[in-house]
Amino acid sequence: MLQHLQDRLRARSSKAESAVASRRDFLKASAAAGGGLLFTLSLPAFAKAAAAGQAEGGALMLTAYVKIAPDNIVTITSKNPEIGQGIKTMLPMLIAEELDVDWKQVRIEQAILDPSKYGRQFAGGSMATPLNWDPMRQAGAAARQMLVTAAAQQWKVPVGGCTTASGAVLHKASGRSIRYGALAAAAAKVPVPDLDKVTLKDPKDYKIIGTSVRGVDSPKVVKGEPLFGIDMEVPGMLHAVFQKCPVFGGKVVSANLDDIKKMPGVRHAFIVEGGSDLQGLMPGVAIVADSTWHAEKARRKLDVKWDEGPGRAYSSEGFAKQAAELGPKAPELNLRSNGDAAAALKGAAHVVEASYSYPFISHAPLEPQNCTAHVQGDKIILWAPTQNPGPGRTLVAQTLGLDESKVIVHMTRVGGGFGRRLDSDFMAEAAWIAKQTGAPVKLLWTRTQDMQHDFYRPGGFHFFKGGLDANGKVVAWQQHFVSFGANGKFARSADMDINIFPAGRVENLSYGASLIPFHMPTGPLRAPGSNALAFVFQSLTDELAHAAGKDPLQFQIDLLGKDELLPGKGVGFSTGRARGVLEKVRDVSGWGKGSLPERTGRGVAFYYSHLGYFAEVVEVAVANDGQIKVNKIWAAGDIGSHIINPIAAMNLTQGGVLDGLGAALNEKITLKDGRVVEENFDTFEPLRMIQAAPVEVHFVTTNNTPTGLGEPALPPVIPALCNAIFAATGKRIRSLPIDTALLKA
Amino acid sequence: MHYTLNVNGQTRSVDVDSDTPLLWVLRDAVDLKGTKFGCGAGLCGACTVHLDGAPVRSCQTPISDVGKAAVTTIEGVGATPIGARLQKAWIDVDVVQCGYCQAGQIMSAAALLKQNASPSDEDITSAMNGNLCRCATYTRIREAIKQAAKTDLGAATSGQRG
Repeated sequence: MLQHLQDRLRARSSKAESAVASRRDFLKASAAAGGGLLFTLSLPAFAKAAAAGQAEGGALMLTAYVKIAPDNIVTITSKNPEIGQGIKTMLPMLIAEELDVDWKQVRIEQAILDPSKYGRQFAGGSMATPLNWDPMRQAGAAARQMLVTAAAQQWKVPVGGCTTASGAVLHKASGRSIRYGALAAAAAKVPVPDLDKVTLKDPKDYKIIGTSVRGVDSPKVVKGEPLFGIDMEVPGMLHAVFQKCPVFGGKVVSANLDDIKKMPGVRHAFIVEGGSDLQGLMPGVAIVADSTWHAEKARRKLDVKWDEGPGRAYSSEGFAKQAAELGPKAPELNLRSNGDAAAALKGAAHVVEASYSYPFISHAPLEPQNCTAHVQGDKIILWAPTQNPGPGRTLVAQTLGLDESKVIVHMTRVGGGFGRRLDSDFMAEAAWIAKQTGAPVKLLWTRTQDMQHDFYRPGGFHFFKGGLDANGKVVAWQQHFVSFGANGKFARSADMDINIFPAGRVENLSYGASLIPFHMPTGPLRAPGSNALAFVFQSLTDELAHAAGKDPLQFQIDLLGKDELLPGKGVGFSTGRARGVLEKVRDVSGWGKGSLPERTGRGVAFYYSHLGYFAEVVEVAVANDGQIKVNKIWAAGDIGSHIINPIAAMNLTQGGVLDGLGAALNEKITLKDGRVVEENFDTFEPLRMIQAAPVEVHFVTTNNTPTGLGEPALPPVIPALCNAIFAATGKRIRSLPIDTALLKA
Repeated sequence: MHYTLNVNGQTRSVDVDSDTPLLWVLRDAVDLKGTKFGCGAGLCGACTVHLDGAPVRSCQTPISDVGKAAVTTIEGVGATPIGARLQKAWIDVDVVQCGYCQAGQIMSAAALLKQNASPSDEDITSAMNGNLCRCATYTRIREAIKQAAKTDLGAATSGQRG
């Protein structure tokens, strides 16, 4: 078994390496994830069954994932961080299904970070479903097989004569049955079967997959029981704040530490030298006090002299000026070139020219960054609301000069991720402060710190020329993406996939890029890349449809052409699946039927993001003063053969769509003199209830492996909204967030 | 400073600075972690609690202003019929995504239903608009409030108002 697994791991070396990847390697791996790492999860220790047979309070660990108690309560381990995507409910559903137990007998336990046992543990890239669909079902089936084997041995009957149902093994021929709880001890002695050889259920027999299971932590959430990172309490714990330079990369010259130390409740105040890696421990001043409020009060009296460094030279205004200068020039980088776009534009019957831009935005999860850390002997224990505990552990180990084995990471529930907590800077800070302090410490950021020290969704600028022939067919597409980076390398999350549609369907097409140097941390935000690029590509397609005098939805379908796989993430971009969701949203929204009131319009867009296909229709009413009211949104998604937990899938889809709506309507981060201007939810405002339009969700199921839902519903709503505004007003939104002043009658 | 508080019907004594926000008194001194810190500026509603039944942002309420007012938090609101109905509706409707804002949402909703047993969509929006949900579960928050309100009407017509 071990040998088999090792072979498998070797064969999939890129995946195996990523299990112990450094922070940067992880990011590389996830960037490449769609490109071929898919569906290759290893379950190192499950297979090893290291835990099998261990007794825990009368219950027996059958495998690393399944514990069975004499009273037939089955405890299933959930391996990944819960950030609101519903994974703590969904992954155990897969195991429970194949284990053949009733959901009501299931309890869930959150795993600790232990890649040797669980493989990679993270919440990002909508990857949990595609990575775990097979392995988790196999894990459940393997445990079930062990129980069946144990029963068959006990009854001295062939295994083949035994079946299971509702947490019991049945032998129909003799009418005998025995509950799993009574079999656990014997089953724990059965070798764990080869995961590749276990028999999985016929999907028509599913009793849990495809049923609506409510969030397993919700009963605690609604009663306010402690669950989140911020709720951690350790005996003797102190409370820390950490002030960094508002200008990214700035260093501490001096601080009024003597005054701070005299303040009530303050136990420690010290300068942290830190480094220059914006993803690591940066310079700042730490204050540690006996309560949150004492630490915060002292922070407000903090007077730091900063060396702001080179970051001070940068501003959003400067970026826009540079982009305007670069846009008309030849791109610095050629990303993709098919045919001769320039020549085709010259010969086109009609040319559309447009420039688009979108701002930096912040993740702004509602739970501000925090982490609790406690140095115990040569070890450090952390309780972290993290999406990415593995790289977090690596960073902490590097920061403190420890071996990774000395860093223990507990995953708490996470009050919103959106990609922010793929970075682990807050863990490094808590670890450093705890080490300096010699006591358990809970570090908590203020909202302003959270907003001003994020890893922002990069802004971007696009300069476009498109050509149509006399029949309204797209014959040329020339796009110059002005993004951020240096020396020919895109900054993190500031790049562009060269396969974005309509690549492959326009004969003469060129994607080029130029890079603006900057000094600001950027990173993945929910549907990275797509959350901005969908706006540009799908608005441009709509512009071409209108220029061609064609129905925008039919124009999209025509552009997709015949059903085939074009190069793209995962197994590729399926034009057929894209057409499927477009047709679905056309039908459910009644697209093109009936008439709409004046200054009311509908727009459509689709996008392939994170292996999922979504098409969305937005209906918007624009008042004479330019104010926008979204009447309704229809979303049609194709994420494969099964919607594992429909009630949660619906929620996540609606949330993703509304998150995109909020970004389009409200969100913008401004850099001025090297620092972020926005401080709180008055100037950076995610969607509120008054803007939350009804979202009608439909899923198209296709014969494809189920994929994730954290991200793909978000991107299309932004262009669909802007296209609807055009339909309502004839005014084209080419810059985000939407400036309603442009929409006055 | 020494303060005696009435929190969820219990007397709690704390020794904190007079300017300490009620939020941090509850979380750090009383060890009730359900009330959440989101913005520290009264902009997100995650810290909503009731003082004598009225919703307040506990991050903006210094302990010195609390006086003898009865403090109700998410840990105690379930003892009221409205709070219990809301908590049940929140689970039935499966409102929660990350869950961080939901304590504040339920406290705002409880204050609304106390004032208005059968709120319209506009009433709900106006009472709830100050509570951010970064996961944007607004559709379900609205649905859960309506469900909790309906349950109340059912009880009233059958003469078993709780």
